[in-house]
Amino acid sequence: MAKLKKSPWIIHYDGSSCNGCDIEVLACLTPLYDVERFGVINTGNPKHADILLITGGINAQNKKVVEQIYQQMPEPKVVVAVGICAYNGGIFKECYNILGGVDKVIPVDIYVPGCAARPESIIDGVVQAVDLLEMKQDYFEKNGISYNKAMKNKNESNKENES
Amino acid sequence: MLEVILRGLVFIIAAPFVGGLLSGIDRKITARMQGRRGPSIFQSFYDVRKLLSKQVLIVNSLQHMLVWGFLIFVVFTGVLFFAGEDILLVIFSLTTAVMFMVMASYSVNSPFSAMGSQRELIQMMSYEPMLLISAVGFYMATGTFNIKGIMQANIPAIVYLPGVFAGFLYILTVKLGKSPFDLSNSHHAHQEMVKGITTEMSGSVFALIEIAHWYENVFLLGIVGLFIVSNQWWSWIIAGIVILITFFLEILIDNTSARVKWDVMLKTVWAITLVVGGINIFILDIIR
Ligand code: SF4
Repeated sequence: MAKLKKSPWIIHYDGSSCNGCDIEVLACLTPLYDVERFGVINTGNPKHADILLITGGINAQNKKVVEQIYQQMPEPKVVVAVGICAYNGGIFKECYNILGGVDKVIPVDIYVPGCAARPESIIDGVVQAVDLLEMKQDYFEKNGISYNKAMKNKNESNKENES
Repeated sequence: MLEVILRGLVFIIAAPFVGGLLSGIDRKITARMQGRRGPSIFQSFYDVRKLLSKQVLIVNSLQHMLVWGFLIFVVFTGVLFFAGEDILLVIFSLTTAVMFMVMASYSVNSPFSAMGSQRELIQMMSYEPMLLISAVGFYMATGTFNIKGIMQANIPAIVYLPGVFAGFLYILTVKLGKSPFDLSNSHHAHQEMVKGITTEMSGSVFALIEIAHWYENVFLLGIVGLFIVSNQWWSWIIAGIVILITFFLEILIDNTSARVKWDVMLKTVWAITLVVGGINIFILDIIR
């Protein structure tokens, strides 16, 4: 129990953000906020990560990259979209190359509001992500299928029923 | 024989606790040096517990086996050392262990992994001569390669081998994977090649690597102690203190230096090996 709670490792990916949110994500690691005291590590490696922090929206070029990072993360995993850009494209929404928010390509679990998102709210998002990780782990142990996959199957069957 | 088995067992059981705690203390001190509060000193245990419970993305089954080989040979190295066997055997066993690690990393297609293993090989090339010189030094100082014999010496080895000891401390930074020589796998985020040698390892496979590193670190600090101990009981206390100071200095160096390029590492390590290690051995050869 509570195996994941004490060591959530994060991978941070910069989509097409203005870098504002990224600075704030990195600010969480500085002495003032020091998220490492909760066991959080900012790894650069999706295969070691539990939480995917994405800033900025999805554009034609990074769509594949985001999908691949998500696929390479081992279960259980949680996606946190940081900032308004990651929610729906934000101020870049109308740009010709922007497809929209992160949820256009991968399932997002938590949205952190703000432009730029404040470090406090990012930390809050991560704390909620940790609880969600635990929940997903429990789900897996109980049902033998990962939560994300189960939801995907459910959505697909819903779609089939509708059509 | 019974004593040997007993010592080996004590090492197998106790080393992960000591090693894990040491790495936790390392992270705590590092954080304090940077003006942060830092994680709990048990953080490494939490990390490994989490890794063991996560999904493993098996890249190929060969890698899994080779990682086990790495762990087993590292443990074997430590058992040989703490059971008081031949120091040459210990060094060869360590080399074999690292070879397993390199092959595990090479067995996948990832360019980051491949680059990490190349760098690991270069690291090996740089520190291996000094390791052998240390073994030779022990022999010349105490007249035996047997670790039990070395510990029974009247005069501690460091009296004859100050240069070799300095050289060994230098390669210890490479072996512990600390800056400025953390080329193949950095503990800190955002290395230019993701996570180097461990890039393709996830979940429990990565946990095995962490546990192997705990064993390895305990064994390496054990060698530092071997330089100090003699047949006097108080030499053990001094050895303990020297080990702690060494450990602290490693963390200090880790936090105050930037990573160097491989050629700088190779040149300086070989230069140190040749100058302090070589001259030390040469003088010892003349006076004894
Ligand atoms: S939400 Fe605002 S600060 Fe963050 S990336 Fe978008 S424009 Fe920049």
